[in-house]
Amino acid sequence: MARAVTTNRKALNTAIAWIIGLLIFFPILWTILTSFKTEAQAINDPPIFLFFDWTLENYSIVQERSNYMKFLWNSVFLAGGSTILGLIIAVPAAWSMAFVPSKRTKDILLWMLSTKMLPAVGVLYPIYLGFIQLGLLDSRVGLVIVLMLINLPIIVWMLYTYFKEIPGEILEAARMDGATLKEELLYILTPMAIPGIASTMLLNFILAWNEAFWTLNLTAVNAAPLTAFIASYSSPEGLFFAKLSAASTMAIAPILILGWFSQKQLVRGLTFGAVK
Amino acid sequence: MATQHSRSAARLMMAPAVVLLLGWMLVPLIMTLFFSFKKYLPLRGDSLSNGLDWVGFENYARFINSSSFWPSVYTTLIIVGGVLVITVVLGIVLALLLDQPMWGQGVVRILVIAPFFVMPTVSALVWKNMFMDPVNGLLAHLWKFFGAEPVQWLSQNSLESIVMIVSWQWLPFATLILLTAVQSLDSEQLEAAEMDGAPYRKRFIYIILPHLARAITIVILIQTIFLLSIFAEIFVTTGGAFGTKTLTYLIFQRVLESQNVGLGSAGGVYAIILANIVAIFLMRIVGKNLDA
Repeated sequence: MARAVTTNRKALNTAIAWIIGLLIFFPILWTILTSFKTEAQAINDPPIFLFFDWTLENYSIVQERSNYMKFLWNSVFLAGGSTILGLIIAVPAAWSMAFVPSKRTKDILLWMLSTKMLPAVGVLYPIYLGFIQLGLLDSRVGLVIVLMLINLPIIVWMLYTYFKEIPGEILEAARMDGATLKEELLYILTPMAIPGIASTMLLNFILAWNEAFWTLNLTAVNAAPLTAFIASYSSPEGLFFAKLSAASTMAIAPILILGWFSQKQLVRGLTFGAVK
Repeated sequence: MATQHSRSAARLMMAPAVVLLLGWMLVPLIMTLFFSFKKYLPLRGDSLSNGLDWVGFENYARFINSSSFWPSVYTTLIIVGGVLVITVVLGIVLALLLDQPMWGQGVVRILVIAPFFVMPTVSALVWKNMFMDPVNGLLAHLWKFFGAEPVQWLSQNSLESIVMIVSWQWLPFATLILLTAVQSLDSEQLEAAEMDGAPYRKRFIYIILPHLARAITIVILIQTIFLLSIFAEIFVTTGGAFGTKTLTYLIFQRVLESQNVGLGSAGGVYAIILANIVAIFLMRIVGKNLDA
Protein backbone atom coordinates (compact mmCIF):
# COMPACT_ATOMS: atom_id res chain seq x y z
CA MET A 1 0.00 0.00 0.00
CA ALA A 2 1.48 3.26 -1.06
CA ARG A 3 0.58 5.30 1.93
CA ALA A 4 2.75 7.66 3.88
CA VAL A 5 3.38 6.37 7.38
CA THR A 6 5.27 7.91 10.22
CA THR A 7 8.71 6.59 11.00
CA ASN A 8 7.49 5.63 14.45
CA ARG A 9 4.77 3.49 13.01
CA LYS A 10 7.22 1.88 10.64
CA ALA A 11 9.64 1.16 13.45
CA LEU A 12 6.88 -0.47 15.48
CA ASN A 13 5.80 -2.60 12.51
CA THR A 14 9.38 -3.61 11.96
CA ALA A 15 9.92 -4.59 15.58
CA ILE A 16 6.74 -6.67 15.84
CA ALA A 17 7.26 -8.36 12.50
CA TRP A 18 10.88 -9.23 13.26
CA ILE A 19 10.02 -10.67 16.67
CA ILE A 20 7.29 -12.85 15.21
CA GLY A 21 9.44 -13.82 12.25
CA LEU A 22 12.31 -14.87 14.47
CA LEU A 23 9.94 -16.75 16.76
CA ILE A 24 8.59 -18.76 13.84
CA PHE A 25 12.07 -19.34 12.47
CA PHE A 26 13.48 -20.17 15.89
CA PRO A 27 13.12 -23.99 15.78
CA ILE A 28 15.20 -24.03 12.60
CA LEU A 29 17.77 -21.61 13.98
CA TRP A 30 17.99 -23.62 17.19
CA THR A 31 18.54 -26.83 15.24
CA ILE A 32 21.34 -25.25 13.23
CA LEU A 33 22.97 -23.83 16.37
CA THR A 34 22.70 -27.09 18.27
CA SER A 35 24.36 -28.95 15.45
CA PHE A 36 27.59 -27.09 16.27
CA LYS A 37 27.54 -27.93 19.99
CA THR A 38 28.92 -30.88 21.86
CA GLU A 39 26.33 -33.30 23.23
CA ALA A 40 26.86 -31.99 26.75
CA GLN A 41 26.38 -28.40 25.69
CA ALA A 42 23.31 -29.36 23.69
CA ILE A 43 21.40 -30.43 26.78
CA ASN A 44 22.98 -27.90 29.12
CA ASP A 45 20.67 -26.39 31.72
CA PRO A 46 20.16 -23.46 31.19
CA PRO A 47 20.38 -23.72 27.38
CA ILE A 48 23.36 -22.02 25.73
CA PHE A 49 22.49 -19.87 22.76
CA LEU A 50 25.66 -18.62 21.15
CA PHE A 51 28.55 -18.82 23.54
CA PHE A 52 29.61 -22.41 23.26
CA ASP A 53 32.63 -24.07 21.70
CA TRP A 54 31.65 -24.35 18.07
CA THR A 55 32.52 -27.77 16.67
CA LEU A 56 32.01 -29.65 13.41
CA GLU A 57 32.40 -32.99 15.13
CA ASN A 58 28.70 -33.93 14.87
CA TYR A 59 28.73 -33.62 11.13
CA SER A 60 31.60 -36.01 10.70
CA ILE A 61 30.11 -38.48 13.19
CA VAL A 62 26.76 -38.47 11.41
CA GLN A 63 28.43 -39.02 8.07
CA GLU A 64 30.62 -41.83 9.42
CA ARG A 65 27.91 -43.66 11.30
CA SER A 66 25.03 -43.49 8.94
CA ASN A 67 26.54 -42.86 5.58
CA TYR A 68 24.72 -39.58 5.06
CA MET A 69 26.01 -39.22 1.53
CA LYS A 70 24.08 -42.25 0.38
CA PHE A 71 20.79 -40.86 1.65
CA LEU A 72 21.59 -37.47 0.21
CA TRP A 73 22.29 -39.02 -3.17
CA ASN A 74 19.00 -40.94 -2.97
CA SER A 75 17.14 -37.73 -2.19
CA VAL A 76 18.78 -35.94 -5.09
CA PHE A 77 18.12 -38.87 -7.39
CA LEU A 78 14.47 -39.22 -6.39
CA ALA A 79 13.64 -35.52 -6.38
CA GLY A 80 15.66 -34.79 -9.52
CA GLY A 81 14.61 -37.89 -11.40
CA SER A 82 10.92 -37.49 -10.69
CA THR A 83 11.06 -33.82 -11.63
CA ILE A 84 12.78 -34.39 -14.95
CA LEU A 85 10.60 -37.35 -15.84
CA GLY A 86 7.54 -35.36 -14.85
CA LEU A 87 8.57 -32.45 -17.05
CA ILE A 88 9.17 -34.67 -20.06
CA ILE A 89 5.63 -35.95 -19.77
CA ALA A 90 3.99 -32.72 -18.67
CA VAL A 91 5.49 -30.17 -21.06
CA PRO A 92 3.83 -31.55 -24.20
CA ALA A 93 0.55 -32.06 -22.37
CA ALA A 94 0.50 -28.56 -20.90
CA TRP A 95 1.58 -27.12 -24.24
CA SER A 96 -1.26 -28.71 -26.13
CA MET A 97 -3.82 -27.74 -23.49
CA ALA A 98 -2.66 -24.14 -23.47
CA PHE A 99 -2.32 -23.57 -27.21
CA VAL A 100 -4.69 -26.03 -28.81
CA PRO A 101 -7.54 -25.99 -26.31
CA SER A 102 -10.60 -28.07 -26.98
CA LYS A 103 -13.94 -28.31 -25.25
CA ARG A 104 -12.61 -30.97 -22.97
CA THR A 105 -9.40 -29.22 -21.91
CA LYS A 106 -10.92 -27.78 -18.78
CA ASP A 107 -12.40 -31.12 -17.75
CA ILE A 108 -9.10 -32.88 -18.34
CA LEU A 109 -7.22 -30.33 -16.25
CA LEU A 110 -9.69 -30.61 -13.40
CA TRP A 111 -9.68 -34.36 -13.58
CA MET A 112 -5.88 -34.40 -13.40
CA LEU A 113 -6.07 -32.23 -10.33
CA SER A 114 -8.59 -34.57 -8.77
CA THR A 115 -6.12 -37.46 -8.92
CA LYS A 116 -3.98 -35.43 -6.54
CA MET A 117 -6.82 -35.54 -4.02
CA LEU A 118 -6.77 -39.31 -3.79
CA PRO A 119 -5.54 -40.13 -0.26
CA ALA A 120 -2.31 -42.07 -0.53
CA VAL A 121 -3.23 -44.42 2.26
CA GLY A 122 -6.31 -45.51 0.32
CA VAL A 123 -4.13 -47.05 -2.35
CA LEU A 124 -1.16 -48.01 -0.17
CA TYR A 125 -1.55 -51.77 -0.37
CA PRO A 126 -2.10 -52.09 -4.12
CA ILE A 127 1.02 -50.01 -4.75
CA TYR A 128 2.95 -51.91 -2.10
CA LEU A 129 1.88 -55.24 -3.60
CA GLY A 130 2.67 -54.06 -7.10
CA PHE A 131 6.11 -53.01 -5.96
CA ILE A 132 6.77 -56.43 -4.44
CA GLN A 133 5.54 -58.22 -7.57
CA LEU A 134 7.67 -56.08 -9.85
CA GLY A 135 10.68 -56.21 -7.53
CA LEU A 136 10.56 -52.45 -7.14
CA LEU A 137 10.32 -52.31 -3.36
CA ASP A 138 13.23 -50.31 -1.97
CA SER A 139 14.37 -49.39 -5.46
CA ARG A 140 15.03 -45.87 -6.63
CA VAL A 141 13.41 -46.41 -10.01
CA GLY A 142 10.10 -47.39 -8.46
CA LEU A 143 10.04 -44.37 -6.21
CA VAL A 144 10.98 -41.99 -9.00
CA ILE A 145 7.89 -43.19 -10.86
CA VAL A 146 5.61 -42.88 -7.84
CA LEU A 147 6.89 -39.42 -6.92
CA MET A 148 6.58 -38.34 -10.52
CA LEU A 149 2.97 -39.53 -10.65
CA ILE A 150 1.88 -37.87 -7.43
CA ASN A 151 3.31 -34.54 -8.56
CA LEU A 152 2.41 -34.78 -12.24
CA PRO A 153 -0.93 -32.96 -11.79
CA ILE A 154 0.84 -30.03 -10.13
CA ILE A 155 3.49 -29.91 -12.86
CA VAL A 156 0.93 -29.98 -15.66
CA TRP A 157 -1.17 -27.40 -13.90
CA MET A 158 1.67 -25.00 -13.21
CA LEU A 159 3.08 -25.27 -16.70
CA TYR A 160 -0.39 -24.72 -18.10
CA THR A 161 -0.82 -21.46 -16.18
CA TYR A 162 2.60 -20.28 -17.34
CA PHE A 163 2.05 -21.28 -20.98
CA LYS A 164 -1.31 -19.54 -20.93
CA GLU A 165 0.51 -16.28 -20.34
CA ILE A 166 2.52 -16.60 -23.54
CA PRO A 167 0.66 -14.61 -26.22
CA GLY A 168 -0.79 -16.95 -28.84
CA GLU A 169 -0.26 -14.34 -31.58
CA ILE A 170 3.45 -14.97 -31.55
CA LEU A 171 2.90 -18.63 -32.27
CA GLU A 172 0.43 -17.81 -35.01
CA ALA A 173 2.90 -15.45 -36.60
CA ALA A 174 5.51 -18.20 -36.54
CA ARG A 175 3.05 -20.61 -38.12
CA MET A 176 2.25 -18.12 -40.85
CA ASP A 177 5.92 -17.79 -41.57
CA GLY A 178 5.92 -21.50 -42.15
CA ALA A 179 7.42 -22.81 -38.94
CA THR A 180 6.77 -26.49 -38.40
CA LEU A 181 5.43 -27.79 -35.14
CA LYS A 182 8.89 -28.87 -34.15
CA GLU A 183 10.45 -25.53 -34.96
CA GLU A 184 7.65 -23.72 -33.20
CA LEU A 185 8.24 -25.76 -30.07
CA LEU A 186 11.99 -25.56 -30.17
CA TYR A 187 12.71 -21.98 -31.22
CA ILE A 188 9.70 -19.98 -30.11
CA LEU A 189 7.97 -21.64 -27.26
CA THR A 190 10.85 -23.11 -25.32
CA PRO A 191 12.84 -19.90 -24.87
CA MET A 192 9.74 -18.06 -23.73
CA ALA A 193 8.66 -20.84 -21.43
CA ILE A 194 11.97 -21.35 -19.69
CA PRO A 195 11.26 -19.15 -16.65
CA GLY A 196 7.96 -20.95 -16.05
CA ILE A 197 9.57 -24.35 -16.53
CA ALA A 198 12.35 -23.43 -14.11
CA SER A 199 9.87 -22.36 -11.44
CA THR A 200 7.90 -25.53 -11.92
CA MET A 201 11.05 -27.61 -11.59
CA LEU A 202 12.03 -25.82 -8.43
CA LEU A 203 8.72 -26.27 -6.66
CA ASN A 204 8.40 -29.85 -7.76
CA PHE A 205 11.91 -30.65 -6.60
CA ILE A 206 11.05 -29.29 -3.16
CA LEU A 207 7.79 -31.22 -2.97
CA ALA A 208 9.48 -34.46 -4.00
CA TRP A 209 12.39 -33.90 -1.61
CA ASN A 210 10.04 -33.52 1.35
CA GLU A 211 7.59 -36.25 0.41
CA ALA A 212 7.32 -38.53 3.43
CA PHE A 213 4.56 -41.05 2.92
CA TRP A 214 5.69 -43.13 0.00
CA THR A 215 9.37 -42.67 0.76
CA LEU A 216 8.84 -44.03 4.27
CA ASN A 217 6.61 -46.91 3.24
CA LEU A 218 8.31 -48.11 0.08
CA THR A 219 11.97 -47.99 1.08
CA ALA A 220 14.14 -49.89 3.52
CA VAL A 221 17.86 -49.51 2.97
CA ASN A 222 18.92 -49.05 -0.62
CA ALA A 223 16.57 -46.40 -1.88
CA ALA A 224 15.92 -44.58 1.39
CA PRO A 225 16.18 -40.79 1.01
CA LEU A 226 16.79 -38.22 3.74
CA THR A 227 13.20 -38.33 4.99
CA ALA A 228 13.71 -41.96 5.97
CA PHE A 229 17.23 -41.27 7.24
CA ILE A 230 15.84 -38.74 9.72
CA ALA A 231 12.95 -40.99 10.70
CA SER A 232 15.54 -43.62 11.67
CA TYR A 233 16.84 -41.13 14.24
CA SER A 234 13.58 -41.25 16.08
CA SER A 235 15.06 -43.47 18.77
CA PRO A 236 17.36 -43.79 20.57
CA GLU A 237 19.76 -41.62 18.56
CA GLY A 238 17.22 -38.81 18.62
CA LEU A 239 18.14 -38.19 22.23
CA PHE A 240 21.59 -37.09 21.13
CA PHE A 241 20.50 -33.58 20.29
CA ALA A 242 23.69 -32.39 18.67
CA LYS A 243 23.86 -35.30 16.26
CA LEU A 244 20.16 -35.15 15.55
CA SER A 245 20.60 -31.46 14.78
CA ALA A 246 23.53 -32.05 12.48
CA ALA A 247 21.60 -34.71 10.59
CA SER A 248 18.52 -32.48 10.40
CA THR A 249 20.47 -29.46 9.25
CA MET A 250 22.05 -31.45 6.46
CA ALA A 251 18.64 -32.76 5.42
CA ILE A 252 16.92 -29.39 5.22
CA ALA A 253 19.71 -27.01 4.19
CA PRO A 254 19.57 -27.64 0.42
CA ILE A 255 15.82 -27.17 0.34
CA LEU A 256 15.80 -24.09 2.56
CA ILE A 257 18.11 -22.43 0.10
CA LEU A 258 16.09 -23.52 -2.94
CA GLY A 259 12.91 -22.58 -1.11
CA TRP A 260 13.96 -18.99 -0.80
CA PHE A 261 13.98 -18.71 -4.56
CA SER A 262 10.59 -20.27 -4.98
CA GLN A 263 8.33 -18.23 -2.70
CA LYS A 264 6.25 -16.79 -5.51
CA GLN A 265 5.89 -20.04 -7.40
CA LEU A 266 4.74 -21.69 -4.21
CA VAL A 267 1.46 -19.79 -4.23
CA ARG A 268 0.75 -20.46 -7.87
CA GLY A 269 1.77 -24.09 -7.72
CA LEU A 270 -0.05 -25.04 -4.58
CA THR A 271 -3.29 -23.22 -5.23
CA PHE A 272 -3.41 -24.50 -8.82
CA GLY A 273 -3.53 -20.96 -10.10
CA ALA A 274 -6.57 -20.07 -8.00
CA VAL A 275 -4.59 -17.39 -6.15
CA LYS A 276 -2.06 -15.37 -8.05
CA MET B 1 -7.38 -21.26 -35.53
CA ALA B 2 -6.02 -24.68 -34.87
CA THR B 3 -5.79 -26.95 -37.83
CA GLN B 4 -6.90 -30.56 -37.87
CA HIS B 5 -3.28 -31.50 -38.00
CA SER B 6 -2.32 -29.60 -34.86
CA ARG B 7 -5.37 -30.95 -33.07
CA SER B 8 -4.37 -34.53 -33.50
CA ALA B 9 -0.79 -33.63 -32.61
CA ALA B 10 -2.09 -31.98 -29.46
CA ARG B 11 -4.05 -35.06 -28.53
CA LEU B 12 -0.97 -37.17 -29.04
CA MET B 13 1.08 -34.90 -26.79
CA MET B 14 -1.51 -35.06 -24.07
CA ALA B 15 -1.79 -38.82 -24.23
CA PRO B 16 1.16 -39.88 -22.03
CA ALA B 17 0.13 -37.69 -19.12
CA VAL B 18 -3.51 -38.70 -19.37
CA VAL B 19 -2.82 -42.40 -19.74
CA LEU B 20 -0.33 -42.46 -16.87
CA LEU B 21 -2.57 -40.58 -14.49
CA LEU B 22 -5.55 -42.65 -15.50
CA GLY B 23 -3.61 -45.81 -14.75
CA TRP B 24 -2.22 -44.41 -11.51
CA MET B 25 -5.73 -43.57 -10.40
CA LEU B 26 -7.77 -46.50 -11.65
CA VAL B 27 -5.57 -49.54 -11.10
CA PRO B 28 -4.90 -49.05 -7.38
CA LEU B 29 -8.43 -47.78 -6.83
CA ILE B 30 -9.99 -50.85 -8.38
CA MET B 31 -7.61 -53.09 -6.44
CA THR B 32 -8.45 -51.38 -3.17
CA LEU B 33 -12.14 -51.75 -3.92
CA PHE B 34 -11.58 -55.40 -4.80
CA PHE B 35 -9.58 -56.12 -1.62
CA SER B 36 -12.12 -54.35 0.54
CA PHE B 37 -14.68 -57.06 -0.26
CA LYS B 38 -12.26 -59.90 0.43
CA LYS B 39 -10.74 -61.66 3.40
CA TYR B 40 -7.07 -61.00 2.81
CA LEU B 41 -4.51 -61.77 5.53
CA PRO B 42 -1.15 -62.31 3.77
CA LEU B 43 0.49 -63.48 7.01
CA ARG B 44 -2.00 -66.33 7.31
CA GLY B 45 -1.31 -67.53 3.83
CA ASP B 46 -3.97 -65.67 1.88
CA SER B 47 -2.67 -64.64 -1.48
CA LEU B 48 -4.01 -63.45 -4.79
CA SER B 49 -2.87 -66.56 -6.60
CA ASN B 50 -4.73 -68.89 -4.19
CA GLY B 51 -7.89 -66.87 -4.55
CA LEU B 52 -9.46 -64.75 -1.84
CA ASP B 53 -12.75 -65.34 -0.03
CA TRP B 54 -15.51 -62.90 -0.81
CA VAL B 55 -16.91 -61.46 2.41
CA GLY B 56 -19.30 -58.82 1.12
CA PHE B 57 -19.49 -55.72 3.27
CA GLU B 58 -18.06 -57.43 6.35
CA ASN B 59 -14.80 -55.43 6.23
CA TYR B 60 -16.72 -52.18 5.95
CA ALA B 61 -18.87 -53.06 8.95
CA ARG B 62 -15.91 -54.29 10.98
CA PHE B 63 -13.85 -51.21 10.24
CA ILE B 64 -16.60 -48.92 11.49
CA ASN B 65 -17.49 -51.09 14.45
CA SER B 66 -13.93 -51.56 15.66
CA SER B 67 -13.16 -49.79 18.91
CA SER B 68 -10.48 -47.65 17.29
CA PHE B 69 -12.63 -46.25 14.49
CA TRP B 70 -14.53 -43.47 16.23
CA PRO B 71 -11.52 -42.34 18.30
CA SER B 72 -9.55 -42.09 15.05
CA VAL B 73 -12.29 -39.98 13.46
CA TYR B 74 -12.28 -37.77 16.53
CA THR B 75 -8.47 -37.45 16.41
CA THR B 76 -8.55 -36.63 12.71
CA LEU B 77 -11.19 -33.96 13.23
CA ILE B 78 -9.32 -32.39 16.15
CA ILE B 79 -6.04 -32.28 14.25
CA VAL B 80 -7.52 -30.98 11.00
CA GLY B 81 -9.86 -28.54 12.76
CA GLY B 82 -7.25 -27.34 15.24
CA VAL B 83 -4.59 -26.75 12.61
CA LEU B 84 -7.07 -25.01 10.31
CA VAL B 85 -8.25 -22.59 13.00
CA ILE B 86 -4.72 -21.78 14.16
CA THR B 87 -3.19 -21.39 10.71
CA VAL B 88 -6.06 -19.37 9.22
CA VAL B 89 -6.39 -16.97 12.17
CA LEU B 90 -2.66 -16.47 12.64
CA GLY B 91 -2.20 -16.47 8.87
CA ILE B 92 -4.58 -13.51 8.48
CA VAL B 93 -2.84 -11.63 11.31
CA LEU B 94 0.59 -12.32 9.84
CA ALA B 95 -0.47 -11.47 6.30
CA LEU B 96 -1.83 -8.10 7.43
CA LEU B 97 1.30 -7.47 9.47
CA LEU B 98 3.66 -8.38 6.63
CA ASP B 99 1.75 -6.09 4.30
CA GLN B 100 2.59 -3.07 6.47
CA PRO B 101 5.55 -0.90 5.57
CA MET B 102 8.65 -1.96 7.49
CA TRP B 103 12.37 -2.41 7.19
CA GLY B 104 13.67 -5.77 6.08
CA GLN B 105 10.30 -7.02 4.82
CA GLY B 106 11.90 -9.53 2.49
CA VAL B 107 13.93 -11.11 5.25
CA VAL B 108 10.95 -11.38 7.60
CA ARG B 109 8.97 -13.02 4.84
CA ILE B 110 11.68 -15.60 4.39
CA LEU B 111 11.82 -16.26 8.13
CA VAL B 112 8.07 -16.82 8.26
CA ILE B 113 7.97 -19.05 5.20
CA ALA B 114 10.98 -21.20 6.12
CA PRO B 115 9.12 -23.89 8.13
CA PHE B 116 7.26 -24.92 5.00
CA PHE B 117 10.50 -26.17 3.46
CA VAL B 118 11.46 -28.34 6.39
CA MET B 119 10.74 -31.98 5.63
CA PRO B 120 7.98 -33.43 7.83
CA THR B 121 10.21 -36.01 9.49
CA VAL B 122 12.72 -33.36 10.51
CA SER B 123 10.18 -30.96 11.96
CA ALA B 124 8.45 -33.76 13.83
CA LEU B 125 11.68 -35.07 15.29
CA VAL B 126 13.15 -31.69 16.17
CA TRP B 127 9.96 -30.66 17.93
CA LYS B 128 9.61 -33.98 19.66
CA ASN B 129 13.11 -34.17 21.07
CA MET B 130 14.62 -30.73 21.22
CA PHE B 131 11.53 -28.79 22.19
CA MET B 132 8.98 -31.14 23.70
CA ASP B 133 11.22 -33.53 25.59
CA PRO B 134 9.96 -33.29 29.18
CA VAL B 135 13.49 -33.33 30.65
CA ASN B 136 15.91 -31.74 28.20
CA GLY B 137 13.56 -30.01 25.79
CA LEU B 138 13.75 -26.28 25.40
CA LEU B 139 10.12 -25.85 26.40
CA ALA B 140 10.80 -27.76 29.62
CA HIS B 141 13.66 -25.34 30.35
CA LEU B 142 11.34 -22.44 29.66
CA TRP B 143 8.65 -23.80 31.98
CA LYS B 144 11.19 -24.42 34.73
CA PHE B 145 12.56 -20.91 34.26
CA PHE B 146 9.14 -19.54 35.13
CA GLY B 147 8.90 -21.97 38.02
CA ALA B 148 6.29 -24.17 36.39
CA GLU B 149 6.18 -27.94 36.15
CA PRO B 150 7.37 -29.01 32.64
CA VAL B 151 4.56 -30.30 30.43
CA GLN B 152 4.61 -33.94 29.31
CA TRP B 153 3.97 -32.83 25.76
CA LEU B 154 3.69 -35.88 23.57
CA SER B 155 2.59 -38.37 26.18
CA GLN B 156 -0.05 -36.45 28.12
CA ASN B 157 -0.98 -33.62 25.78
CA SER B 158 -0.30 -35.54 22.63
CA LEU B 159 -3.05 -34.14 20.44
CA GLU B 160 -2.26 -30.55 21.33
CA SER B 161 1.41 -31.21 20.66
CA ILE B 162 0.75 -32.64 17.22
CA VAL B 163 -1.60 -29.77 16.39
CA MET B 164 1.21 -27.40 17.39
CA ILE B 165 3.83 -29.12 15.24
CA VAL B 166 1.59 -29.37 12.20
CA SER B 167 0.39 -25.77 12.61
CA TRP B 168 3.98 -24.62 12.62
CA GLN B 169 4.51 -26.45 9.35
CA TRP B 170 1.41 -25.09 7.65
CA LEU B 171 1.29 -21.53 8.96
CA PRO B 172 3.71 -20.36 6.23
CA PHE B 173 1.45 -21.75 3.52
CA ALA B 174 -1.63 -19.97 4.89
CA THR B 175 0.32 -16.76 5.46
CA LEU B 176 1.83 -16.73 1.99
CA ILE B 177 -1.46 -17.25 0.20
CA LEU B 178 -3.33 -14.77 2.37
CA LEU B 179 -0.51 -12.26 1.91
CA THR B 180 -0.82 -12.61 -1.85
CA ALA B 181 -4.54 -11.92 -1.50
CA VAL B 182 -4.01 -8.96 0.85
CA GLN B 183 -1.60 -7.40 -1.59
CA SER B 184 -4.21 -7.44 -4.32
CA LEU B 185 -6.56 -5.41 -2.13
CA ASP B 186 -7.51 -2.04 -3.55
CA SER B 187 -5.94 0.45 -1.16
CA GLU B 188 -8.10 3.33 -2.38
CA GLN B 189 -11.18 1.66 -1.04
CA LEU B 190 -9.53 1.29 2.35
CA GLU B 191 -8.40 4.88 2.34
CA ALA B 192 -11.87 6.11 1.45
CA ALA B 193 -13.30 4.13 4.35
CA GLU B 194 -10.65 5.52 6.63
CA MET B 195 -11.42 9.08 5.59
CA ASP B 196 -15.09 8.46 6.22
CA GLY B 197 -14.05 7.64 9.76
CA ALA B 198 -14.47 3.86 9.76
CA PRO B 199 -12.39 2.40 12.62
CA TYR B 200 -9.91 -0.39 11.82
CA ARG B 201 -12.22 -3.05 13.22
CA LYS B 202 -14.99 -2.03 10.79
CA ARG B 203 -12.59 -1.73 7.87
CA PHE B 204 -11.36 -5.23 8.67
CA ILE B 205 -14.83 -6.77 8.90
CA TYR B 206 -16.42 -5.00 5.93
CA ILE B 207 -13.57 -4.61 3.48
CA ILE B 208 -10.56 -6.79 4.25
CA LEU B 209 -12.30 -9.97 5.35
CA PRO B 210 -14.73 -10.14 2.40
CA HIS B 211 -11.80 -9.56 0.07
CA LEU B 212 -9.90 -12.43 1.68
CA ALA B 213 -12.90 -14.79 1.68
CA ARG B 214 -11.88 -16.64 -1.46
CA ALA B 215 -8.26 -17.04 -0.43
CA ILE B 216 -9.37 -18.28 2.99
CA THR B 217 -11.65 -20.83 1.38
CA ILE B 218 -8.82 -22.05 -0.80
CA VAL B 219 -6.43 -22.28 2.13
CA ILE B 220 -9.00 -24.28 4.09
CA LEU B 221 -9.75 -26.69 1.26
CA ILE B 222 -6.17 -27.34 0.21
CA GLN B 223 -4.93 -27.70 3.75
CA THR B 224 -7.79 -30.05 4.59
CA ILE B 225 -6.78 -32.37 1.79
CA PHE B 226 -3.15 -32.39 2.94
CA LEU B 227 -4.01 -32.54 6.64
CA LEU B 228 -6.38 -35.46 6.24
CA SER B 229 -3.41 -37.50 5.15
CA ILE B 230 -0.64 -36.33 7.48
CA PHE B 231 1.46 -39.31 8.29
CA ALA B 232 5.14 -38.67 9.03
CA GLU B 233 4.41 -36.34 11.93
CA ILE B 234 2.55 -39.10 13.76
CA PHE B 235 4.81 -41.91 12.59
CA VAL B 236 7.86 -40.18 14.05
CA THR B 237 6.44 -38.66 17.23
CA THR B 238 4.01 -41.07 18.84
CA GLY B 239 3.64 -43.91 16.37
CA GLY B 240 -0.11 -43.60 16.85
CA ALA B 241 0.03 -44.02 20.63
CA PHE B 242 -1.50 -41.70 23.22
CA GLY B 243 -4.69 -41.11 21.26
CA THR B 244 -3.02 -39.72 18.15
CA LYS B 245 -4.18 -42.37 15.73
CA THR B 246 -5.81 -40.59 12.81
CA LEU B 247 -7.90 -42.31 10.20
CA THR B 248 -4.92 -42.34 7.86
CA TYR B 249 -2.69 -43.84 10.52
CA LEU B 250 -5.29 -46.44 11.49
CA ILE B 251 -5.54 -47.60 7.89
CA PHE B 252 -1.74 -47.68 7.59
CA GLN B 253 -1.58 -49.89 10.71
CA ARG B 254 -4.31 -52.22 9.46
CA VAL B 255 -2.67 -52.63 6.07
CA LEU B 256 1.06 -52.73 6.73
CA GLU B 257 1.50 -53.41 10.46
CA SER B 258 -1.20 -55.98 11.13
CA GLN B 259 -1.42 -56.95 7.45
CA ASN B 260 -5.17 -57.11 7.38
CA VAL B 261 -5.49 -55.94 3.83
CA GLY B 262 -9.23 -56.44 3.45
CA LEU B 263 -10.03 -54.43 6.54
CA GLY B 264 -7.50 -51.72 5.70
CA SER B 265 -8.79 -51.44 2.17
CA ALA B 266 -12.33 -50.91 3.43
CA GLY B 267 -10.89 -48.13 5.60
CA GLY B 268 -9.10 -46.78 2.54
CA VAL B 269 -12.37 -46.58 0.66
CA TYR B 270 -13.85 -44.54 3.53
CA ALA B 271 -10.82 -42.21 3.41
CA ILE B 272 -11.21 -41.80 -0.35
CA ILE B 273 -14.87 -40.91 0.01
CA LEU B 274 -14.06 -38.41 2.75
CA ALA B 275 -11.31 -36.74 0.70
CA ASN B 276 -13.60 -36.58 -2.32
CA ILE B 277 -16.23 -34.66 -0.42
CA VAL B 278 -13.65 -31.96 0.29
CA ALA B 279 -12.19 -32.20 -3.19
CA ILE B 280 -15.52 -31.51 -4.91
CA PHE B 281 -15.74 -28.10 -3.27
CA LEU B 282 -12.13 -27.28 -4.14
CA MET B 283 -12.58 -28.31 -7.75
CA ARG B 284 -15.62 -26.06 -8.08
CA ILE B 285 -13.62 -23.02 -7.02
CA VAL B 286 -10.64 -23.87 -9.18
CA GLY B 287 -12.92 -24.63 -12.11
CA LYS B 288 -14.70 -21.29 -11.82
CA ASN B 289 -11.35 -19.56 -11.81
CA LEU B 290 -10.39 -21.34 -15.01
CA ASP B 291 -13.28 -19.74 -16.89
CA ALA B 292 -12.40 -16.27 -15.74
